[in-house]
Amino acid sequence: MNAPFFKYGLFGDDVSLVIAFIIGIGFGFFLERAGFGSSKKLAAQFYFTDLTVFKVMFTGIITAMVGVYYLSAIGFVDLSLVYLTPTFLLPQVVGGLILGVGFVVGGYCPGTSCVAASTGRIDGMVYLLGVIFGIFVFGEAFPLVSNFYVSTPMGQITLPQISGLPYGLLVFLVVLMALGGFAGAEWVEKKMAAKKAGA
Amino acid sequence: MSSLIKGTTLSNTEVRTEAKAAREPQPYWNPYLAGLGLGLVLLAAFVIMGRGLGASGAFSSLVAVGVDAVAPAHANANDFYAEYIGDGTKSPLKDWLVFEVLGVFVGGFISGLFANRVTKVVERGPNISSAGRLTFAFIGGGLMGIGAKLARGCTSGQALTGGALFNVGSWAFMMMVFGGAYAAAYFVRRQWQ
Repeated sequence: MNAPFFKYGLFGDDVSLVIAFIIGIGFGFFLERAGFGSSKKLAAQFYFTDLTVFKVMFTGIITAMVGVYYLSAIGFVDLSLVYLTPTFLLPQVVGGLILGVGFVVGGYCPGTSCVAASTGRIDGMVYLLGVIFGIFVFGEAFPLVSNFYVSTPMGQITLPQISGLPYGLLVFLVVLMALGGFAGAEWVEKKMAAKKAGA
Repeated sequence: MSSLIKGTTLSNTEVRTEAKAAREPQPYWNPYLAGLGLGLVLLAAFVIMGRGLGASGAFSSLVAVGVDAVAPAHANANDFYAEYIGDGTKSPLKDWLVFEVLGVFVGGFISGLFANRVTKVVERGPNISSAGRLTFAFIGGGLMGIGAKLARGCTSGQALTGGALFNVGSWAFMMMVFGGAYAAAYFVRRQWQ
């Protein structure tokens, strides 16, 4: 058991910031390679014409999910030391809905808008200003929404814990679901392309 | 090149066309390959740091620092800002997510540069003006900021990171993001189509 390295004190806070920067470079690089610096490409997800968002997101999720499961099963990573954001179900459901609307209205999410802005997309830059303004509004309204913000607390909880199903089985099911989703996405894209060509 | 082989010289127009072709944006990567890369970066964050990726948190630090600079008493009386400002022992901008997001800007730029995709442009559909598109971008960003804070994270911190860790709140969040976006898509279709 020797990872996460930072949690085992292999390096300190200052080095962790250098690592943050390098990991960020990797994150931004692959986001841009996927085409996520383009709001038109991102928004197309929600009109079924280009399902790249779904494909990239779920490939990323299952890659990290399988990887961390395997590394924890062989005793390399202590999964209990990987930070899990506590669940507050209701605010997260409502927040997710608002964020989803913001996604299709604005054409980005925060991470992708950084990539858009750094590759010259003016709508990405304006979007980022909007994000900053939205956070400011939330901050100012915080005393009013703080009760809702901490409502329906469930603690740090995972699907294996709540369902009682083995972790490995759930990994397998999510991978299956994703592969089925990818096949479905390819089919939908072909259908939409044919429809567009016919129209 | 073919014209050189045939023994003729390139005209100015031909040279310009070839130079322009060289600067054409390259096609995006296969989505599964890009997703694999993204997943490995996330896995590296888990293994090296014991935490996942994020984006909106960095902007919260920025907002908290801004409010603190203008109205320190007001900022410190607010639990939301106070959490990002910290106890004053270190700068709130000396934060993991702030440095990670700086990296995202740089990584995106590097990728865009090598693929000839760095262009000053307002991305929009054919039926909307630039001003209209930018208005929507600002409103969408604002909703995103509010939603991300309410949900304790955005697409990176919740959907991607929490998704890979089977976080219950993250999976609920992710369904809602897609639900909200598909529900609203019809009403803003003129922006994109």
